[in-house]
Amino acid sequence: MWSIIQIELYKIYKRPRTYIAFGAIAALIWVIQMGLKIDGEAYAAFLMKDINNTLIVDGKVLNGYLICYILLQLLLVHVPLLVALIAADMLSGEANLGTLRLLFTTPYSRTQWVLAKFIAASIYTILLLIWLAALALFLSMYIFGTDDLFLMKSNYVVLIETQDVFWRYVGAFVFASFSLLTVTALGFLMSSLANNSIGPIVATISAIVFFTILSTLNIPLFNVVKPYLFTTHMNNWKEFFDIQVTENNEAISGSILNIQKIKTSLLVLSIHIFLFVGASVWIMKKKDVLS
Amino acid sequence: MSIIKVGSLCKNFGNLEAVKDLSFEVNEGEIFGFLGQNGSGKSTTIRMLLSLIHPTSGHIEIFGQDIIAHRNNIAKKMGAIIERPDLYPYLTAKEHLQLFAKLSQKKITVSQIEHTLQQVGLSNRASDKTQTFSLGMKQRLGIAIALVHQPELVILDEPTNGLDPQGIADIRHLIKDLAQKEGKTILVSSHLLTEIEQMAHQILIIHQGKKIALGPTATLLDPAKSLMKLMTANDLLAKEKITASEFAAYVLDREEGIYFSIPTEKIAALHQFIVTAGIPIVSLESKRSLEDYFLQITSQSN
Amino acid sequence: MKIKFFTILGLLFFTSYCINAQTNAVVEKVRQKLALVNDYVAEGVMKTDVSFIKASLGKVKIYYKKPNLIKVKKDGGISLLPKGGVSITMNSLLNTDQYIAIASGKQVYNGKNLEVYKLVPTDDQLEWVISTLWIDPVESLVYKTFTTTKENGSFEITMEYGAFASYGLPSKIIFGFNTKDYKLPNGITLEFGDEAPISKEKAKKNKKGTIEITYTKYTINKGVSNANF
Repeated sequence: MWSIIQIELYKIYKRPRTYIAFGAIAALIWVIQMGLKIDGEAYAAFLMKDINNTLIVDGKVLNGYLICYILLQLLLVHVPLLVALIAADMLSGEANLGTLRLLFTTPYSRTQWVLAKFIAASIYTILLLIWLAALALFLSMYIFGTDDLFLMKSNYVVLIETQDVFWRYVGAFVFASFSLLTVTALGFLMSSLANNSIGPIVATISAIVFFTILSTLNIPLFNVVKPYLFTTHMNNWKEFFDIQVTENNEAISGSILNIQKIKTSLLVLSIHIFLFVGASVWIMKKKDVLS
Repeated sequence: MSIIKVGSLCKNFGNLEAVKDLSFEVNEGEIFGFLGQNGSGKSTTIRMLLSLIHPTSGHIEIFGQDIIAHRNNIAKKMGAIIERPDLYPYLTAKEHLQLFAKLSQKKITVSQIEHTLQQVGLSNRASDKTQTFSLGMKQRLGIAIALVHQPELVILDEPTNGLDPQGIADIRHLIKDLAQKEGKTILVSSHLLTEIEQMAHQILIIHQGKKIALGPTATLLDPAKSLMKLMTANDLLAKEKITASEFAAYVLDREEGIYFSIPTEKIAALHQFIVTAGIPIVSLESKRSLEDYFLQITSQSN
Repeated sequence: MKIKFFTILGLLFFTSYCINAQTNAVVEKVRQKLALVNDYVAEGVMKTDVSFIKASLGKVKIYYKKPNLIKVKKDGGISLLPKGGVSITMNSLLNTDQYIAIASGKQVYNGKNLEVYKLVPTDDQLEWVISTLWIDPVESLVYKTFTTTKENGSFEITMEYGAFASYGLPSKIIFGFNTKDYKLPNGITLEFGDEAPISKEKAKKNKKGTIEITYTKYTINKGVSNANF
């Protein structure tokens, strides 16, 4: 099994398409970092307009930690689309090329192939996330330095102390890996249903966009289905950045406001991954390879 | 000893019966020719042998083992190309062979990989990405992939597709060598029937999913009936005369020319009849190739 | 009649002068006590209690230099301070004599008998418009002020005293201020979740915010560089 995972990774490594996502992430991050480096103060002032009516915020608000948060907010919406580019092509791309039938004549079962391909796609996804973390977090920390994380949410502000931030990012990235693996699994399922590359990629992206819209629109009808949509849970990495307070409104360092929400989301995402991959295996086992 | 044993094999795609009740055996060390027109069910059968398609009914045994129960074991000893050469455009010829050598779960040395490349005449392009290859070169690499792990059974579906005459001859020699010198069992399908005729020990012909002929090449090519092609100065008149005669039963339905599938002893009488009818004969020749035989068989089947 | 009128008027002026002199004396005593401090660096713990802010206790350093330089610095972090409020400490309020102090009665506050004075500045340049001081005339310590500023609204400061009471410096200071609504559009925060909005009742109740600094250490009159401000 490990040898076919290696082979799948080798193929991913050799494909030019693999590097599009890495390049796209680097370009997006670079553009945002440069923008904030040059004109970040104006952006921060705009965000803090309401706060500044009452309070003076003294210190380096626009530090690496906040930049990373801004980047993640923007990018974790787009990275799934980049993941889909590879994941939704893993099976159907080879079916289209015709190489899938060569693989299926080797001494490995279809289940092994499907799982190996999913694992390889997952490793790719994780690497993409590590790349994202390296640029969004570490590079931002290097360029902008670190300080307390002054997070302006819709209804309130959270001020997290410097030494209490990093582990939250580790948690957020681990959570994000579950989110992206759900996208990988969805792309994979779509990929098992088709024999061409473009269809599953478009279908995966459409599904993500569609469900994201359902998840974000605050319409009572949609609210019923929201808890069951993976897109609703994908964004809950943000929960790592909300903090508990005592009765005296003192933030408790090292706490997470709603850890149960994170656990539930991880569970829902894991179930989705399991179902999507399980369905892919089932479909591929039943499938007549005609291409 | 039978390497492949197929019994009552059927495959339906919805209402379409692609393969109907097909049974045959392929013996160890022989080149087994598999003939059929496009859409005859040939590729479907080969895909079932490779377990790419699940049979609707019937059974397949390879190396004495059931293909469904022992697929992985069987696959280790089998190599195949299916219809067209399918390759990764971003990998080189050598990388392809390394990859499939690894997949075979056998220890394949670098020199074995180089030898395989040499066998198919691709040594000088080993380090080129396949996106720069011609169809013929891709086909050669496809064969190399099928051979790289030294399989006992090689299944080649249309292996000479896209090759020039020299390439076709090279592959024919290679297939013969594999069987004769290395004792491999080879199942080869082709639409170039003359190729099969020149190398197959046994031939299976299927039409519309049904077996219509199976037997040793020598026997199939020396039937009691001969396939004759008549050319006259006035084919229209000749057809009219023949249709009204005792020879009408032997005429084959062909758009061009007049073909007969006729017992050998009646050829002289046929010749005499046409001369007597006053139609000048341009030629009356015996068609002995496998292709003509194939046409004869399939026409009768129609 | 005329003489009687002027006598009464004269008495009135005299009385008010006497009262003023007396009241000014209480405030003046406080002022003089505070004037002992030319500068200080204090260490303390700051607690922010604003309904829409979640912040933990933070260690802070407070720098003060006469006449009105003051800076609160969080140790390498981000600090939230009431707008304009910090500069209105007792030291900065009473570092001038350009005001009129009017006695406004007595009040028991936290078990102490305090005198209430209203200060009205006579210098138009001063930032504040009116300030009410709750003073313990015995200790010459101010326990509470309520100041209305020209630009930054009103805020209340309450103080507790400890080891540095002799300098008029508090061991704890609580800034109370009115907060305005805080709301950022979801489109900017990219938060589309089911984030529970703060209830109206709670928001109303919490329209007041406080920032509390508990001082742990003062270093007084040892010189403070201007670079700290």
